[in-house]
Amino acid sequence: MFEAELSVAQAMPQDPMKPMRAAASLGTSADRAPALIQARGLSKTYVTGSGEVAALKSLDFEIYDGEFVSVVGQSGCGKSTLLKVLAGLLPYTAGSVELNGKPLRGPTPQAAVVFQSPVLLPWRTVLDNVLLPIEFRKWPMASYRQSAADLLAMVGLSEFAQRYPFELSGGMQQRTAIVRALVQDPRLLLMDEPFGALDAMTREQMNLELMRIWSKSGKTVIFITHSIAEAIFLSDRVIAMTARPGTIADVITINLPRPRELSVINTDRFGRYAAKLRSLLDAQGGMF
Amino acid sequence: MAVQAVDTPSPAMPREARPNLERPGVLRRYPQFTISPAILVALIAAWWLATDVAGVPAYVMPPPEQVLHALIGGLSRAPWDKAGYWYHAGITVWEALLGFAIGSALGALLGLVLSHWPLLGKSWYPYIVGFQSLPKVALAPLMVVWFGFGLEGKVFITAIITFFPVLVNMMAGYQAVEPERIELARSCNASELHLLTKIVIPSCLPFLFAGLGVASVLSILGAVVGEFVGASAGLGMLLMQYNQAMEISPMFAVILLLAVIGFLMNYAVTLIERRYCFWAQRSNATARP
Repeated sequence: MFEAELSVAQAMPQDPMKPMRAAASLGTSADRAPALIQARGLSKTYVTGSGEVAALKSLDFEIYDGEFVSVVGQSGCGKSTLLKVLAGLLPYTAGSVELNGKPLRGPTPQAAVVFQSPVLLPWRTVLDNVLLPIEFRKWPMASYRQSAADLLAMVGLSEFAQRYPFELSGGMQQRTAIVRALVQDPRLLLMDEPFGALDAMTREQMNLELMRIWSKSGKTVIFITHSIAEAIFLSDRVIAMTARPGTIADVITINLPRPRELSVINTDRFGRYAAKLRSLLDAQGGMF
Repeated sequence: MAVQAVDTPSPAMPREARPNLERPGVLRRYPQFTISPAILVALIAAWWLATDVAGVPAYVMPPPEQVLHALIGGLSRAPWDKAGYWYHAGITVWEALLGFAIGSALGALLGLVLSHWPLLGKSWYPYIVGFQSLPKVALAPLMVVWFGFGLEGKVFITAIITFFPVLVNMMAGYQAVEPERIELARSCNASELHLLTKIVIPSCLPFLFAGLGVASVLSILGAVVGEFVGASAGLGMLLMQYNQAMEISPMFAVILLLAVIGFLMNYAVTLIERRYCFWAQRSNATARP
């Protein structure tokens, strides 16, 4: 598998036009700031009753500060495993991962997770759900109340702070989950198909909303999705993964100017990125 | 008719068969205040017909007015009068409540412990299953030997009977905690204590209340069975006395009283559940659009 060893540094940009935001992620690793995440030979093997299953096999990649990187691949290609490894929720079995120059050992306040479902606690109000990570980390609650209120205002949920999750729509619930991740002020936001359960219209709105939040907050985002369009629309770079074992097929740099409108989906350049990614994923058995 | 053609692609439904979607009738909206009392009236009427009209003998089934007479007679006595029902009902409820409190508290606690430490849970599991399949009522005669005719034996048998539904539901609740809730806590470096108090125990509450609902009804059963095998007071003892004297009407009155007490115990649990578990019914429903 020749694609397997392709790293970020080797993945050449497809288009000479450099957007402002993605500028830092071009060029070679030598003339860049140190990566926020650096993975070398990262592997994860599950031991099951019938033997070992390689979920991730020697991944090499870097994620830079402020980048928006998506990971696309078929179901079962290990992209969710990758996210859980980066969140410190699953131990990796070989290789190394460094977060901000330090080896990753378990969950840290620097990386917050947004799950597939909102995972809101139904017995807590929206505000109390948002403040849950602060309670868990035993940080002083008083100093985070204001930032929680500000973040809820940013996503338009101020009026719902004292409501319960069952009173919210699916999109509002997932926005609450994003705020809950942001309240810890992490450097890295790990998002595991966060809009997969939403209807198409709400999903487009949430994509625009996420772009707005990202550009305001300056967080680094790793976004897992199986939607090629969503990945291209949101990202500076897209990591395409193969399945069984999960390896990196290629890393595509998306040179589309920001801020992006939904209409960018209809441009030729967007179409070429989509065709390129589809061929990468098709070569691995197809996903459509 | 043009409207009908638009909204029914399948063969048109006759007008009278269409459900009235705008405003369901009072029967549909409040069946508990309309249909349920009607059923009660029908049942009493059938009872009256069977006894007073069809002539089922009173030693098999006394007519409703005799049972009512016995009930009023028993309830019109003072609470400290041992010939009245209040005194004995008080004893039985007290036994049931004590046993219920002890049994369900131990069941919830042990359910949590056995789930939280899987090695402990797995090694004890065969004995729990074995003891659970034992008819606990069979232990009642033993209680007289161990505790005599007093309160302790009844509390003990009630505690054993209420223990299992709570234990089993608590263990099921622990198993049903969404793994993502635990991952969320772990991703925030939550302590084991926080994981238990802020995630696991609240998540178990709907299951715990299901167990408490079953246990609340069983607690009356435990107390009455305990009184059957030997007691100096209580509604169960009263039943045995009336049985030996072949006084069938007061027996029916006491049975009715026990049904009402069981219903009220269960209703009390439901009220507490609505207060502390108000989110459980609605959180599983689809989110509003």
